[in-house]
Amino acid sequence: MDIHEYQAKDILGRFGVPVPKGGLAYSPEQAAYRARELGGHAWVVKAQVHAGGRGAAGGVRLCRSVEEVQTYAASLFGRQLATKQTDAAGKGVYRLWVEPACDIARELYLGFVLDRKSERIMIVASAHGGMEIEDLAETDPMSLRRMTIDPATGLVEFQARELAFGLGLTGTQITQMVTILKACYRAYRDLDAMMVEINPLVITGAGDLLALDAKMSFDTNALFRRPEIAELRDRSQEDPRESTAGDHGLAYVGLTGDIGCIINGAGLAMATMDMIKLAGGEPANFLDIGGGASPERVVRAFRTVLADRAVSVILVNIFAGINRCDWVAEGVVKAYREVGMTLPVVVRLAGTNVEEGKAILQGSGLPLITADTLAEAAAKAVAARPNLAA
Amino acid sequence: MAILITEKTKILVQGMSGRIGQFHAADMIRHGTNVVGGVTPGKGGERLLDRPLFNTVREAVEATGAEASLVFVPPPFAADAIMEAADAGIRTAVCVTDGIPAQDMIRVKRFLRRYPEARKMRLIGPNCAGVISPGKGFMGIMPPHIYMPGRVGIVGRSGTLGYEAASQMKALGIGVSTSVGIGGDPINGSSFRDILELFQNDPETDAVMMIGEIGGPQEAEAAQWAARHMTKPVVAYIAGLSAPRGRKMGHAGAIISAFGESAQEKVEILTAAGITVAPNPSAMGETVARVLAGRRKAA
Repeated sequence: MDIHEYQAKDILGRFGVPVPKGGLAYSPEQAAYRARELGGHAWVVKAQVHAGGRGAAGGVRLCRSVEEVQTYAASLFGRQLATKQTDAAGKGVYRLWVEPACDIARELYLGFVLDRKSERIMIVASAHGGMEIEDLAETDPMSLRRMTIDPATGLVEFQARELAFGLGLTGTQITQMVTILKACYRAYRDLDAMMVEINPLVITGAGDLLALDAKMSFDTNALFRRPEIAELRDRSQEDPRESTAGDHGLAYVGLTGDIGCIINGAGLAMATMDMIKLAGGEPANFLDIGGGASPERVVRAFRTVLADRAVSVILVNIFAGINRCDWVAEGVVKAYREVGMTLPVVVRLAGTNVEEGKAILQGSGLPLITADTLAEAAAKAVAARPNLAA
Repeated sequence: MAILITEKTKILVQGMSGRIGQFHAADMIRHGTNVVGGVTPGKGGERLLDRPLFNTVREAVEATGAEASLVFVPPPFAADAIMEAADAGIRTAVCVTDGIPAQDMIRVKRFLRRYPEARKMRLIGPNCAGVISPGKGFMGIMPPHIYMPGRVGIVGRSGTLGYEAASQMKALGIGVSTSVGIGGDPINGSSFRDILELFQNDPETDAVMMIGEIGGPQEAEAAQWAARHMTKPVVAYIAGLSAPRGRKMGHAGAIISAFGESAQEKVEILTAAGITVAPNPSAMGETVARVLAGRRKAA
């Protein structure tokens, strides 16, 4: 789960990371008020969306008067900001963060991630900050320093010092950096984060370290014990189809094709999408109905997939282990009748209670297209697309 | 012999008194699995499914001589249950639970390292379908009737895709020695490489079907190990050719976040290591059949 920059700065600030003061605004007037309140002669106005690359997309600007702050803010509110990390539709801007402009001498990169190879939290840092880590890895891989943290000891001071010296810091910057590293690690560990990123971490004109930007994301599996983090969820930044599906126990990811998929198991769902592609079609979505799916959950899955207007055929592929084919078949029949289905539906059932399931489908008298194998199901779904038949 | 579980393996079920634990324990017993008891704190002394319940894994191990444990404990308590099994001397634990926090798994993996190799517990999962040696027994949630006993090992992240492979093989008359689900989480107990090594050393396994997916470094690591150490043929399939970058596809670990983690890149890495990659998920069975036939001809 992602949170906004201002929330990440608030959290990291409380753990001891130096962050700029600033103010949150929900309207252009409030943005102007925040600028006056903060004082000074120049401010940075930053769109709060759950995506990187905001600067290049026009979502961040240095403003030299309160009027400019207000005008720029007015141009941002309600706008969809598309960055290179979002899809073409972008993400809605409903909150702005206003900060006094800062005098920058140098920019560093600092990130904490879960390293799947060492199965530990890893620090990634570079003396060359400001650009995206992916670009850094491509253009200047030698500048990246990596260090893993033993969960039994936590981040040990000498490691932090080594990293600070390695980044070319000197004097009091060393102790400042050690403080920042330990604070980020504690925030990561204590709040079940999956990622902490400060980019850029700047050295100001006065020679001090300051987190000019901050990004955090959290482990959704741990939200049950982090209610203070769960509260920060901002649904305006999520795909409404995906969050609604999630509320009903369905893992859904919207894609760009026209073959709607209803499948059990993440691996089988991905494999079915691959099979559709190989058969010459494009999947409209990834959808895993999960284990022990009731007929009602199957109906919900149909409604979720059909909410995508681009869908022209539905493919149901179930290999039941913990699931039951008869329940799924009941769900398919129920959904067909309840939603007044007009699109072709291809169903492939296998595994637990498959014969009972097939009998229910056959007995329903509905014009369902059935298949026995994965390949057959994908081929039939591709062939059933009405726009191709025309 | 198969790997990890045979008809003789004495098995505990942690969380057996829960709805899901009880359902699957009953299914395991029905199919001849040697379940010797269950563990639910607070229910020690009671009986369930004609088996004794214990308060702690240690008591259960002392009373029954159990060597393996199946963990059906809800996510907030699962890591604790796994560590309890390791400390009580369990040799193999299979954890089915989906939704364990990643940092709990970091702690579990660190905890397992405190024991010397000779008594270190092997963990399979979490977020997996379990382990089955067809005709001998199983620990998990798979439908046992789709597996035919035989001499090909299966290892995969996804449960349902493992079923798909087993049923394709059965349709072609190819049986399974053991099928292992290593789970879809970013941090898991045993990797592809760990299970490949067990199959390589198992006299009753002739070849291995390995089913990977997008995300993480384990398929590449297994490919490198197999190129150097496997004498038995390995067939692979990688799911997620059409998965977009940076999006989590159901499994917590199924996300392309680094170089080498996309399906295309993994297929290239596996092919370069001499592993035969099935061209599509519907061809897993026939690819295994082709490789086995080629091997027979060569022999």
